[in-house]
Amino acid sequence: MTSPHPWFALRLPGLRASWRLDRRVPRAVGLLILFGAIATVIHLTQGDYAMAPPALLETLMDPGGDRDRAFVLGVLRLPRALVAVAVGAALGASGAILQGITRNPLAGPGILGINGGASLAAIVAIAAWPGVGAAQLSLMAFGGGLVTALVIYLLSWQGGSSPTGLILMGIGITALANAVTSFAIAFSDIYAANQAMVWLVGSVYGRGWEQLGPLVGWMAIFGPLACLLGRELDVLAVGDDLAQGLGSRVERGRGLLLLCAVALAAAAVATAGAIGFVGLMAPHLARRWVGASHGGLIPVAALVGACTVVGADAISRIWFAAVELPCGIVTAAIGAPYFLWLLRCQGSQSGDRP
Amino acid sequence: MSPDASPSAPRPRPRARHPLAIALAVVLPVVAVLANLGLGAASLEPSTVVQALIQPDGSLGALIVQTVRLPRAILAAILGAALAIAGAITQGMVRNPLAAPDLLGIHGGAALAMVLAMVLGVGGDRVEVALAGAAIAGATIYGLAATGPGGASPLKLIIAGAALSALLGALTAGILILDDRSLDDVRFWLVGSLAGQGWSALGRVLLPLLLGFGGAIALGRPLTLLALGDDVAQGMGLPLGWVKAFAAATVVLLAGSAVAVAGPIGFLGLVVPHGVRAVVGVDYRWILPYAASGGATLLSVADLLARWGLRPLELPAGTMTALLGAPFFIYLIRRSARRSAPRSPSLSSSTAPP
Repeated sequence: MTSPHPWFALRLPGLRASWRLDRRVPRAVGLLILFGAIATVIHLTQGDYAMAPPALLETLMDPGGDRDRAFVLGVLRLPRALVAVAVGAALGASGAILQGITRNPLAGPGILGINGGASLAAIVAIAAWPGVGAAQLSLMAFGGGLVTALVIYLLSWQGGSSPTGLILMGIGITALANAVTSFAIAFSDIYAANQAMVWLVGSVYGRGWEQLGPLVGWMAIFGPLACLLGRELDVLAVGDDLAQGLGSRVERGRGLLLLCAVALAAAAVATAGAIGFVGLMAPHLARRWVGASHGGLIPVAALVGACTVVGADAISRIWFAAVELPCGIVTAAIGAPYFLWLLRCQGSQSGDRP
Repeated sequence: MSPDASPSAPRPRPRARHPLAIALAVVLPVVAVLANLGLGAASLEPSTVVQALIQPDGSLGALIVQTVRLPRAILAAILGAALAIAGAITQGMVRNPLAAPDLLGIHGGAALAMVLAMVLGVGGDRVEVALAGAAIAGATIYGLAATGPGGASPLKLIIAGAALSALLGALTAGILILDDRSLDDVRFWLVGSLAGQGWSALGRVLLPLLLGFGGAIALGRPLTLLALGDDVAQGMGLPLGWVKAFAAATVVLLAGSAVAVAGPIGFLGLVVPHGVRAVVGVDYRWILPYAASGGATLLSVADLLARWGLRPLELPAGTMTALLGAPFFIYLIRRSARRSAPRSPSLSSSTAPP
């Protein structure tokens, strides 16, 4: 895609790598960080126990001051908001990579079956072992996401991986996973079923520091790797044959990138359940803003995702406090219409490049 | 053989009129229904079943057949036929081998409408509600995917269906999270099950089903023409807009009624038409009746297995159809991906001419 916007190069001294970034990237990053910070502050200060932003700062600086406030912030709200930020970022980055790999702007972690597989594993765990701990649950979900992605990759392999095959196989495996999931829900006791439903929609309710740790760990491994490999996506974008001609090891690059995307999405789903449409939506907004070059697209998409989820969770926590609406419903309610509208506007020229 | 196979190849004489094929199409559903009457928690001798049908003598066996098994067996056969015909019409209408009402979100729309009506207390067993939900979802998917620039390419339609299904599923789950009692009531139904259904259920959906079957009879010839492509069909004097609207209405009537009674049973509408086409070729005047027979047989067998296979445990029939249909779906994807690999004719390119 030719962009009217000039480029600049980013080189890291210690690293033999450089990125060619769109000139708009720094401003977008700055604005998104600002927006995300505002959303996080709203998330932290509003709700049943409201406080003024200065009080927030005061408590963060000196946790020993006001015990109530320190508890509400440090135990309840801050980890939850940070989990929302991290989950959104992981989903956004994963979506950007997956859309790049499949060369299809309609792909995403949900379409490709990662959400389905991860939640299937989690729900089977919920149904089979009542009172399963959060740590085992997220481990199951993470493993489920990885295994599902591997199955999809292998099943769609026909002398090479093909983007269309990946998408279709993802939809097929998702349909299968959904059938098994509803079966598990039908045969578990009602509390487990309710827990499973929440998981299916995705919620960061009640998440604490102990969930944030592993998530950030996975992101620290695969986030930078994804940004490093992002340049490979720009090469893949021209088509397999041409990319091969340009000297790119197509299958190796695609496999590694897929691993990054899957690990990020699986870590997110393992933490918060299958929050939908963030991985689909965030890359689109990001692409609109900073163009299709993946060096800048992946971090910007991650930031958009972070803002979306923390905003959605703020909405569900503050406006729907009485019913504790899972934030996945908010993201689906916002994201799905946007996505379907996008689909309608998208001519076959960009939607279906084989 | 799917309708997009090369039209120039010489075709063998249609096997649809072969006496053996016709005999099987008649006998198989009857055998399946009879098996449903005889087998179960209490297995009955064939003579008892026949006796109970011809001349009920008030014995326990006759009572079981008359009041429990016969209504359910008839219902399974009729709904199976409805789902298979709906799938065949959908595939013919959009000329897409992977299309089916469940994958396009039509089942999801009907299920969401039913759950919503139930939670709001406005009659969760009303068939109109399911029909309205199915119609809205169908109109959404078709409006979004077909009216954009370039029309609906097969891949785009399927992705739109997956996204719509995800949205509808999230909304359904969201409603059920807020209402534990409804969740307990519907979770078995949500997999697709005929448990406890009888004549009254059949009575509720009889009118829409009859309308739907009537529509299907009228659609045989137009759908066969439609398989040749929009241009050719139009050139042969087919009022395209009317035919497609009529086909869509028929699909909604059939699929919506089936969901209203038995829940969103998946994969039947996808699998049966493929099997039928492999036998009878491309003429929808034959595909539709054969699909009815195949669907009736398959759902009867699925219900029998669900009831009897793991007794005393009763599984939902939807689990059986998923276990049966999902591997077939995966096989179809692999086949169409393989076919599309060299020139990408079947899925990645748009069927609508530029």
